Amino acid sequence: MEKYKVVVIGGGPAGLAAALESFKNLDDKKVLIIERDKFLGGILNQCIHPGFGLHYFKEELTGPEYAHRFIEQVMENQIEYLTETHVIEITPQKEIVAVNKKGLKRIKADSIVLAMGCRERTRGAIITLGTRPAGIFTAGQAQRFINIEGYRIGKKAVIVGSGDIGLIMARRLTLEGIEVKAVVEIMPYSTGLRRNIVQCLNDFGIPLLLSHKVTKIHGKYRVEGVTIAKVDSQLKEIPSTERFIECDTVLFSVGLIPENELSKKAGIVLDMRTGGPVVDNTFSTSQKGIFACGNVLHVHDLVDNVTLEAQTAGRYAAMYSQHPELFENNIHINIVAKEGIRYVVPQKLNKNFVQPFVLRFRVDNFYKDAIVTISNAGKILMKIKKSILTPGEMESIEISQKILSQLDFSNDIVVSLQNI
Amino acid sequence: MSRIYDVAVIGAGVIGMSILRELTRYRLKVCSLEKMEDVAEGASKANSGIVHAGYDPIEGTKKARFNVEGNNIFADVCNELDVEYKMIGSLVVAFDDHEINVLEELLQRGKRNGVKGLEIKGQEWVFANEPNLSRNIKAALFAPYSGITNPYKLTVALFENSIQNGADVIFGFEVCKIEKDGDYFVVHSADSRFIKTRVLINCAGVHADEISKMAGARLFKIYPRRGQYYILDKPEKMPVARVIFQVPTEKGKGILVTPTVDGNVLVGPNSEYIDSKDDTATTQEGLDEVFEKARKVLPNLSKRDVITIFSGIRATPDTHDFIIEEDEDVKNFINVAGIESPGLTSSVAIGRYIAEFVADKLNAKRNLNFNPYREDIKRFSELSDEEREEMIKLHPTFGNIVCRCELVSEYEIVEAIKRGAKTLDSIKRRTRAGMGRCQGGFCLPRVMDILSRELKIDKTQITKFGKNSYILTEKRWED
Ligand SMILES: Cc1cc2nc3c(=O)[nH]c(=O)nc-3n(C[C@H](O)[C@H](O)[C@H](O)COP(=O)(O)OP(=O)(O)OC[C@H]3O[C@@H](n4cnc5c(N)ncnc54)[C@H](O)[C@@H]3O)c2cc1C
Ligand SMILES: Cc1cc2nc3c(=O)[nH]c(=O)nc-3n(C[C@H](O)[C@H](O)[C@H](O)COP(=O)(O)OP(=O)(O)OC[C@H]3O[C@@H](n4cnc5c(N)ncnc54)[C@H](O)[C@@H]3O)c2cc1C
Repeated sequence: MEKYKVVVIGGGPAGLAAALESFKNLDDKKVLIIERDKFLGGILNQCIHPGFGLHYFKEELTGPEYAHRFIEQVMENQIEYLTETHVIEITPQKEIVAVNKKGLKRIKADSIVLAMGCRERTRGAIITLGTRPAGIFTAGQAQRFINIEGYRIGKKAVIVGSGDIGLIMARRLTLEGIEVKAVVEIMPYSTGLRRNIVQCLNDFGIPLLLSHKVTKIHGKYRVEGVTIAKVDSQLKEIPSTERFIECDTVLFSVGLIPENELSKKAGIVLDMRTGGPVVDNTFSTSQKGIFACGNVLHVHDLVDNVTLEAQTAGRYAAMYSQHPELFENNIHINIVAKEGIRYVVPQKLNKNFVQPFVLRFRVDNFYKDAIVTISNAGKILMKIKKSILTPGEMESIEISQKILSQLDFSNDIVVSLQNI
Repeated sequence: MSRIYDVAVIGAGVIGMSILRELTRYRLKVCSLEKMEDVAEGASKANSGIVHAGYDPIEGTKKARFNVEGNNIFADVCNELDVEYKMIGSLVVAFDDHEINVLEELLQRGKRNGVKGLEIKGQEWVFANEPNLSRNIKAALFAPYSGITNPYKLTVALFENSIQNGADVIFGFEVCKIEKDGDYFVVHSADSRFIKTRVLINCAGVHADEISKMAGARLFKIYPRRGQYYILDKPEKMPVARVIFQVPTEKGKGILVTPTVDGNVLVGPNSEYIDSKDDTATTQEGLDEVFEKARKVLPNLSKRDVITIFSGIRATPDTHDFIIEEDEDVKNFINVAGIESPGLTSSVAIGRYIAEFVADKLNAKRNLNFNPYREDIKRFSELSDEEREEMIKLHPTFGNIVCRCELVSEYEIVEAIKRGAKTLDSIKRRTRAGMGRCQGGFCLPRVMDILSRELKIDKTQITKFGKNSYILTEKRWED
């Protein structure tokens, strides 16, 4: 069985950054990246629009450009990688089974970094009624067909979901000569960035229908149209508001779910709210020596955050592989999401590593003028004022040494939100 | 095109394909005419996949006869054809005294139909064996010989075995006119092809009444009756071990919850008469009804795990029984119509009965070369790591995973294409690529690459299921 210090599963931005950082921190530089696609770069390869790297590189790059900077470093350092290789199993003992056309490989790793990214929610997952003709795509499929393979997927489209991906695809389709009839959003607000609403919809005159849903898809062979309706505050459709929109294409951009089949099989504890593993501030999962980062951990809006998070995970993975004893007798205190906060990552603080870290979280609704507080044992340790908070935007807070020094380790850290 | 056959079967559903396969046991030139691009595009792809025990149909009916006969031979046929079949048993659950009386009636009827092993079980047994069921259940009728199968894979297997044994299947052939020319029927398609045949068998499902009329045969009416379903993601632990039915009403066998042979959970169907024979839309009322009724039996059922919804259309005849007979006026025209549930269970038995009848009629000799065996495609997901290694040595593409949810390899997809799959849906049904939790989000473009390469067609020519169901509309640049 081949042996590596660190094996990274997934060659997207998370995997690349984690591998590079592990590599830097290892004496015996046995690092391996395993990627099932033909190329490294992950989902970024099909995101040919600009908007990547503003925070990390202070420059506006396209997805492939952003990925390329990390791929180059992987090449320069001659970090080993396998493409067109699919990991089908990992065990708690950190054995990996991967397959490719050459055969089935068994690999032993001292530590593993999970960086498998996420998958898209589908029409079926949100129970969209009607028939099942051709012409129904997820945003990711459409992106691949249009941006990488060079096909047109239809003539007139309706987009379901107004997160950043839905908005960006509305512009993309328009630029490809596909008429976007509407972007339909069930919530009363878009979860996309303001900037994207302006640049992707307003600039092209594409209507954004908030508090609306597609109630039915029509068509026998190819989509012939959709029925949409307004919804009330309970998200229930208001009967008299139904309206037919003629189109041959429906694009679903209704959320992403961490790809956690491997984690589940390895017995890793998952967080119901993020859909990814529960981790501590070293990005260690419940299985010792298995770390997680990027979209497999929780869905990020910005790849820059993915990179930062993955670097930390990679650093601790390297540390684990050289000094597993440091991770013995782990004692954790929980970091708990309370009122207004949907989830936090990491979900735990490891007492062996009481070092400053970034706490990332999402709120559960749209808030104006609110205060996020971090408290412990009934004491407020930190208060941050925010003029706007939306579920679509991931928030980050530095947990400094000063805060850490005030902690009472027999109590949870609580993150919550109050209206002013 | 003009071809001359001894027997032609209209419709490549499970009934048409069963008959076709059984006909190849004889030295006859046989074909099937199907309007779609693949088999199992009608009711045979969208049903519950239950192999019923046979206590439901009224004694003396064709339904009762073929159900019980079909159930008896089902395991053997699935074995020959390498199709999944699991005899997991079924329960009909009763919530009150009135329903318990119905169980008693079903038990007696089952006995009269010749169903073995039926028993009424009390609460204790039910909860010990199905701990997730509602505590409001008072008793249940247990039928140990009920089972589950994969209806479209069975249809595909029957198709492949028919072809192996010399039958033709002509796709894209929508029968629109039937004439008589001496001893022959001349059967015309909508795109101006025709074939000639001595015997014509009508298995056109929900459209069988129209075909019968075209042939100048007996008039009857088929009413389309839709049933809607939820499919749930493969759970870590199956919530039920058996097929769980509720007490039937005049509308049918009611809503069931069952494991599928592939490890998903299936919930449905309701029953609603609809106007159009091809209206497979799902509706809010329909699905709400299904969910509410299913919840009554399985209280912790959650919509969170739904991966898709679909509907199937039953061909309900105005005769209240299967119509299986040679026409009195139009000799050599045989209707196999109104085959609603338990049509899947009955399919093989009906096939045998019809084939014998036709062979007798035409004085056909046995086909001594008939090979009843068909092997399924080797599946990555079902092999051990050692077997996988062996397979990859023989076929490197077995190591290329195309569908990540269901672990389907490139080899399996190519194999399906070699055996006749031409559309995305036909690959999906044969390999499960695209049937998992991401519903093709990941593998659809990859499957299209393979289809385009193997069939040597441009990707813009690839359809979901034939006709106008194109995925891509235009190529914008060359690589
Ligand atoms: C349409 C769209 C627009 C976006 N716009 C922006 C933007 O403007 N700005 C921005 O900053 N971010 C944007 N993002 C987000 C950004 O692309 C993601 O946050 C980032 O790519 C996530 O990185 P990752 O490495 O976690 O996942 P991925 O990029 O998905 O990489 C995961 C990799 O793991 C591989 N893998 C998975 N399972 C296995 C296995 N079993 N074996 C082997 N390999 C496996 C996959 O093939 C994949 O390559 C956008 C995303 C999309 C889809
Ligand atoms: C909701 C539902 C649940 C069911 N559950 C069960 C169950 O659990 N167990 C069970 O035993 N049975 C069940 N059944 C019944 C079973 O599915 C059917 O009896 C069986 O599939 C019927 O097969 P068929 O070949 O007659 O019809 P179909 O599969 O509908 O095939 C008819 C074929 O004829 C073709 N065709 C039609 N018109 C023409 C034309 N003009 N020219 C050429 N071709 C034509 C169609 O394209 C189609 O392929 C269920 C049915 C439904 C709808």
